[in-house]
Amino acid sequence: MTSKNVHVKIDEMKTNSGLIKNFELSIGKVMNDNYDEPMGPTPMPSLTALRDWDMKLLTKYKPFYMPDCDLCCLCTFGKCDLTAGKRGACGLDIATQSSRIVMLACAIGAACHTAHSRHLLHSLIEKYGRRYPLDVGGLNIKVEAPVSRLVTGIKPETLGDLDDILTYTEEQITQVLAVGHTGQEGNNLDFESKAMHVGMIDHVGMEVGDIAQISALGFPKADPEAPLVKLGIASVDRTKPVIMAIGHNVMPSVGIIDYAKDKKVDDKIEVVGLCCTAHDMTRYYNRARIVGPISWELRFVRAGLADVVVLDEQCIRTDIFDEASKVDAPVIAASEKNCMGFKNRTNDSADEIVSDLVSGKVKGVLILDPEKVGEVAVRVAQQVAPIRKRKNVLPSIEEVTQIAKTCTQCSKCQRNCPQDYAIPAAMKAAAQGDLTLLTDLYETCIGCGRCEEACPQKIMIHSLIIKAGEKSMLCEDNLCRSGRGAVSDVEIRNVGSPIVLGEIPGIVAIVGCSNYPKGGKDVYDIAREFASRRYIVALSGCSAMSAGSYRNSEGKTLYEEFPGGFEAGGVLNVGSCVANSHIAGAAIKVANIFAKRSLRGNYEEIADYIHNRLGAVGLAWGAYSQKAASIGAGFWRLGVPVLVGPHGVKYRRMLLGRKEDPSNWEVFDARTGDKVNVGPAPEHLFNMAETKEECMVAIAKLCIRPNDTWKGRSIKLSHYVDLSKRYLGVMPNDLHLYVRTMADVPMTMKEEFAKILADNNWKETIIPDPTLLPRMVRKMKE
Amino acid sequence: MSCEPWQCGEIASTKKANPITKPEIAVAMIKRAQRPLLIVGSNATERYMEGKQLIEYVIEFANASKVPVVATAHMVGEFIKRGYQPAAFMNAMEIGQRVVDPEWMGLDGKGHPDLVLLVGLPYYVESLMLSGMKHFAPDLKTMTLDNLFHVHAAWSFPNASLEEWAANFKVMTEKFNGGN
Repeated sequence: MTSKNVHVKIDEMKTNSGLIKNFELSIGKVMNDNYDEPMGPTPMPSLTALRDWDMKLLTKYKPFYMPDCDLCCLCTFGKCDLTAGKRGACGLDIATQSSRIVMLACAIGAACHTAHSRHLLHSLIEKYGRRYPLDVGGLNIKVEAPVSRLVTGIKPETLGDLDDILTYTEEQITQVLAVGHTGQEGNNLDFESKAMHVGMIDHVGMEVGDIAQISALGFPKADPEAPLVKLGIASVDRTKPVIMAIGHNVMPSVGIIDYAKDKKVDDKIEVVGLCCTAHDMTRYYNRARIVGPISWELRFVRAGLADVVVLDEQCIRTDIFDEASKVDAPVIAASEKNCMGFKNRTNDSADEIVSDLVSGKVKGVLILDPEKVGEVAVRVAQQVAPIRKRKNVLPSIEEVTQIAKTCTQCSKCQRNCPQDYAIPAAMKAAAQGDLTLLTDLYETCIGCGRCEEACPQKIMIHSLIIKAGEKSMLCEDNLCRSGRGAVSDVEIRNVGSPIVLGEIPGIVAIVGCSNYPKGGKDVYDIAREFASRRYIVALSGCSAMSAGSYRNSEGKTLYEEFPGGFEAGGVLNVGSCVANSHIAGAAIKVANIFAKRSLRGNYEEIADYIHNRLGAVGLAWGAYSQKAASIGAGFWRLGVPVLVGPHGVKYRRMLLGRKEDPSNWEVFDARTGDKVNVGPAPEHLFNMAETKEECMVAIAKLCIRPNDTWKGRSIKLSHYVDLSKRYLGVMPNDLHLYVRTMADVPMTMKEEFAKILADNNWKETIIPDPTLLPRMVRKMKE
Repeated sequence: MSCEPWQCGEIASTKKANPITKPEIAVAMIKRAQRPLLIVGSNATERYMEGKQLIEYVIEFANASKVPVVATAHMVGEFIKRGYQPAAFMNAMEIGQRVVDPEWMGLDGKGHPDLVLLVGLPYYVESLMLSGMKHFAPDLKTMTLDNLFHVHAAWSFPNASLEEWAANFKVMTEKFNGGN
């Protein structure tokens, strides 16, 4: 699609038919539409266009609310106590308030990704122009923007086309935010529908950002063999000046890398990243290093490893300036969304800023020009590194013991630890010279620092933990595959059939943040388990880093052990947060490329297809953020179930099916119009797994779909049974709900199943052509 | 023994748990209940008292009290390994959703529970489940058997030491075994 503004002004024109004076014609856009698919029913859907679809899902998967707060304090009528059925001054009850908070969280997440994409797009259009062509995979990708095509009906071809798509997403986010105002929506299910709406919008916003940066910045383009990049603190050459970027927006890092290359000092400095900006800097420059997930900010800074800290946007500790100041590391804030209180030095000369930072006259600056950030960061790092000499704030091992002796065992650290870790016991042992328990904490601590905030003795508990774990920290030298971006059309063609028929047992998308209940090893274990079983494992963000942080018995990381393609047994890192859109995009492309369903503005049909046929599950084991909520909501609306780790319960609402209720599981058979009970497949749309063991089993079960062939169902059930026996120690108690014909029963389990089926009065049923949409029925029953 | 939420942020507004000042009170309430249910979470094998796992205390209590047990997470296998067959196993959210549903007829299909006991879930998970029950099943009695005060429960033991916790379990088990 191309578009342009037209403005015609005629002061005076004589024609055969008369005189025209002061004629002015203004046309906002002229569309040149090269998209030959017919337009579907819901291009650029409004808040309510897909409400009926949402209500179908919400009838099947009912919200279970667990309010995180009994009060509403959003307006001056309040605080209103909403406990146990009381309504607030505006009339809202606690279910509606809980769903309102869910919706607002999703809106914040979507706004965050979309604003990030908007900034990227502005920067890239300024540099490369609106007509710069999109290229996310060369000849291997014809469906370049599946989410955007599906939702907006636009087929973008240039950076400028993405502008139109973003304009739509920005309007929708504003509409959803408006719904959150006091005295607007009054029904919890309508809030839930709008949460799903803004989740869908979030995926569009993410897709725009990632395909823009893939196209313009030369990131890997749907490459299963994207380079393996260094991951871990030990991979950083600490003899060189180190610039550490934190956040999600790659533009300042691009400025740093370009400047370093231009001045031929790129091999004399280390450019490293934390959180998603690390993924994107390695997609741009594969000699950059990924330090680790978001939770490692304190350990890297306190250990004195950063000479300059560059902040872009999202998920950055807001006290990172204080932390960096303690180790004399200057800070450069580089985003309008995160100014940190610094003076805006964007228009000052680089020489002046460098001088001020190196001399310590100022400890932090705001620079909103990525190229200037690049010059200043590199020059400051080179000059500051020899001065600060890796100054750190970690105590010596002897000091750890001395400091631990000041602990009064009041337990406030543990009571403020999100994980409820037994910190007092570790402090007691440390006071006696035994650092084992503190070292164990290093492996699982999420690095939030709440323990220190609570300590009445002002003990820097997290620093003690880092020191105890320092040896292992300085051995963290692993590999992550650089974010590959989209899944190619060729890959979709290869796996479309086995996925939809169930012969590839599922797609497990392990995404999101690092608020893990017991450390990142769980993510590695889960990913490895399912890759070994020949599921497709797609990773992104901090989870992709955690998955790469461990090695098998042969010393190989996950990315070396398994291929990087979208294939059975593949382990692919799509990239940063915004690259999550490619996972949704892959599901959408299966419906389009394999099943030949039209994408354009055809959301409901495609979501119905995915929900009933595609055995995909999202897992956000350490989800903590509003962005994770909106990513999840985008998957819910597509009908893809999402699991979270135990901390995910704090999103305060689950969407759960009730397997014992047969009416919950009826679909139409599109061939006949008959209603058929297909069993609880998938059982839930959003649920929490309490432990890794439970999660393993839940993933296998949530990959079951009504459309599975008998062969596919048999494969899926054998994994479900095997994982249940191994991790729960029992046979599943609901197998009779998943067997439609005896052919579904795994060959080696006939006897076990026979007894279960007999005990549950099982009756054979048919395998329908499943749909939730009456309009998809080809021949409706009279 | 304090009656502040163990995890400091898990505060409540106007409806807060009544403290169980001695285990005999818990026993009396459980005996009075017609259809009690005990939900046991994944910390049952993580937490120890006097060198013994929480799950061992729970099994002794469940055998004595005959309160049916729902094992969450991967606890079912842990119970069976120790010779105890729980009445059901399911995900924590699944059982939470069912107990707030007034139409749910219990594990045996004979009636809705009138008392839900919880123990051994991660503190924040248990806290939010109790919040869900407080808000959406206000007539349901809830009680925790942990040594950590849960403000959203109807009844909770105060924060207590591991020794006190072990003593509480022993007293409760004894009382159901016919002790005075």
